Amino acid sequence: MSTANVQNIKAEPLVELKNLSISFGGIKAVDNASMELMPGEVVGLLGHNGAGKSTLIKILSGAYKRDDGEIFIDGEKATINNPRDAKAYGIETIYQTLAVADNVDAAANLYLGRELQTSWGTLDDVAMEAEARKVMGRLNPNFQRFKEPVKKLSGGQRQSVAIARAILFNARILIMDEPTAALGPQETAQVAELIHQLKKEGIGIFLISHDIHDVFDLADRVTVMKNGQIVGHAKTEDVTKDEVLGMIILGKCPTKAIPGPGAMEESD
Amino acid sequence: MYDKFTRDSAVSDKPANQGAALDENEGAFTRFLRATEIDARLLGMIGALLIIWIGFHLYGHFVNGFAAFLKPRNLWNLTVQTSSIGVMATGMVLVIVTRHIDLSVGSVLGFCAMFMAIMQVWVLPDILGLGHPMIWVIAVLCGILMGTLIGAFHGYLIAYLQIPAFIVTLGGLLVWRGAAFLLARGETIPLDDENFTKLGGGPYGAIGETASWIVGGLACAGILFSIWHSRRQRLRFQFPTKPMWAEILLAVVGCGLAIGFVTLVNSHPWPKGIVKREIAAGNIDPNGDLFISHGFAIPVLILLAVGIAMTFLATRTRFGRYVFAIGGNPEAAELAGINVKWVTLKIFALMGALTGLAAVIASARLNSATNALGTFDELYVIAAAVIGGTSLAGGLGTIYGAILGAVVMQSLQTGMVLIGFDAAIQQMVVGIVLVLAVFLDTLYRRRSD
Ligand SMILES: Nc1ncnc2c1ncn2[C@@H]1O[C@H](COP(=O)(O)OP(=O)(O)O)[C@@H](O)[C@H]1O
Ligand SMILES: [Mg+2]
Repeated sequence: MSTANVQNIKAEPLVELKNLSISFGGIKAVDNASMELMPGEVVGLLGHNGAGKSTLIKILSGAYKRDDGEIFIDGEKATINNPRDAKAYGIETIYQTLAVADNVDAAANLYLGRELQTSWGTLDDVAMEAEARKVMGRLNPNFQRFKEPVKKLSGGQRQSVAIARAILFNARILIMDEPTAALGPQETAQVAELIHQLKKEGIGIFLISHDIHDVFDLADRVTVMKNGQIVGHAKTEDVTKDEVLGMIILGKCPTKAIPGPGAMEESD
Repeated sequence: MYDKFTRDSAVSDKPANQGAALDENEGAFTRFLRATEIDARLLGMIGALLIIWIGFHLYGHFVNGFAAFLKPRNLWNLTVQTSSIGVMATGMVLVIVTRHIDLSVGSVLGFCAMFMAIMQVWVLPDILGLGHPMIWVIAVLCGILMGTLIGAFHGYLIAYLQIPAFIVTLGGLLVWRGAAFLLARGETIPLDDENFTKLGGGPYGAIGETASWIVGGLACAGILFSIWHSRRQRLRFQFPTKPMWAEILLAVVGCGLAIGFVTLVNSHPWPKGIVKREIAAGNIDPNGDLFISHGFAIPVLILLAVGIAMTFLATRTRFGRYVFAIGGNPEAAELAGINVKWVTLKIFALMGALTGLAAVIASARLNSATNALGTFDELYVIAAAVIGGTSLAGGLGTIYGAILGAVVMQSLQTGMVLIGFDAAIQQMVVGIVLVLAVFLDTLYRRRSD
């Protein structure tokens, strides 16, 4: 161990998903999928709509119970049976559907399930609003509508609320499922900036998209899914956008990528 | 929850913010509502209530030749009659906010009342000795506990076994009514413990003039404190606050209502017969003032206490926040880590506890537990919550609204009795009002979305 070779001091993975499977009524939405995430790494999870990306990360976030497979956090086997368990491991998720409670305000949504309380055990709404103003200021400096039900906000504002909620609690592992879907170019740039910042803090990020252009510049590695299976993993610097497109569309793994169970058989 | 705060006065970032706070074209009335943070729906409800009251009064005046509705005596009775429905309506708000329903409250009330009466008259005297002063206390606690257990059981079936609330409580409606019958084989059990029957109101179940003024004074102090406290909190974090005139107006209106209410309950005197009996018993000086005010009836104080406690629970605690979040988006609540099933079970248990308390009030008022006690109460309670602005689509509702809704329902009922409508028409009116209230809610939501 004395030879301080780069390979050897490489930190152990923050998250390892091993052979995860889940099916809904006989359809295998995720089939024997494995992937890993390092601290400070951004992994782009790509694939067509319906490839199983959201389902896979929902297993990690505790929203779905897997049928098979194991999850390791910091090298130790993790028990994740519900969203509370996942949060206890520092896993925060921005769901594709945003998953905000429409009828309560932004501050209440940010702290939902983890409300700040006064010494009397009552909700400390002012303190929560103050914190909400701080974190939203970082994401969307113009945002001022803290006391309105979230359903009155625009799509972009709702998305900012969902993102703010995920970064409020010092996540170690951040899952972003199509986080810029409802955002304009300026807000998308802000999210990209945020991802750089979080990466520097050593947070591991799963960045999910069906559009390769959203993730290619941000991701250190990409993993491609097709029909519930992993086509392959590749370092972004080793592959071109066209090659990744080939993985997404045809399931064809380029030579520099590590093929998964969903990779097309080389027939010729 | 959020409706209690001002919108931010700073200009917002997106065109979607049509109602930006500094909109010059906004009407004076809208600006008034925003500054005072008064809910337009609340004003509508108060307006409807006034129309009902004045309508019945004038109808009595012109058609029947005597106007009785707005007399202190009638209004005092109205407050007492509202108590039991009102107590249950505060719980029904939470049930409906989470997109459930409880059709069983009337039958559970009947069952709890019967259970309590049996404890009080048949069981506890054998254990503690006849006339033991703790009998009624233990019986009341047992009744509330029984309600809680029944509610928790319903909640378990709904949350953990995933049976729709509609079905569980429809079953409960039949089961508990039948069980109430079986408990006493259909007998009516008279209740004559003086301390217990005070909980139902009546001349002896009211706190009198001086104590009522003390209650009124405390209410004013509470109103002023909460206005001051919330302003101080907002200033501490340099958040926008209400304009000063709005704060003062709210303080004046709030205290005015409290003082007016005390004046009302104090202007309803004891009936002559009771005054005479008390003189004969030597409890009243016959040469003194023979206008003996009722003051607040005890069940009304119970309702006020429940209203305050439930408002606190709904707006100031995690539990309340979870109830509303679940109502707004159950899936999001679950993903946020809220234990939706457990919260649901607790909501139904709370509904059951309040039903047990309502059973205390209802049977104490009647001085007996009958097999039919609480029949149709579920409809009144649901109607009260819905009229009070609780949305059947979930996520929306207030405790004070439900209590006002209970006053509306009871006003209709009392008014129709006063002007001599018969029971068949009363039922029809209640049914129509319920449907109308839901229709108005649908309209209101469609407009505000
Ligand atoms: N809760 C569910 N019930 C049934 N089928 C589901 C459910 N969630 C996802 N699926 C199915 O699983 C497959 C993968 O969906 P999803 O993970 O949302 O894809 P992606 O996020 O890659 O677009 C789809 O065929 C979808 O219909
Ligand atoms: Mg998806």
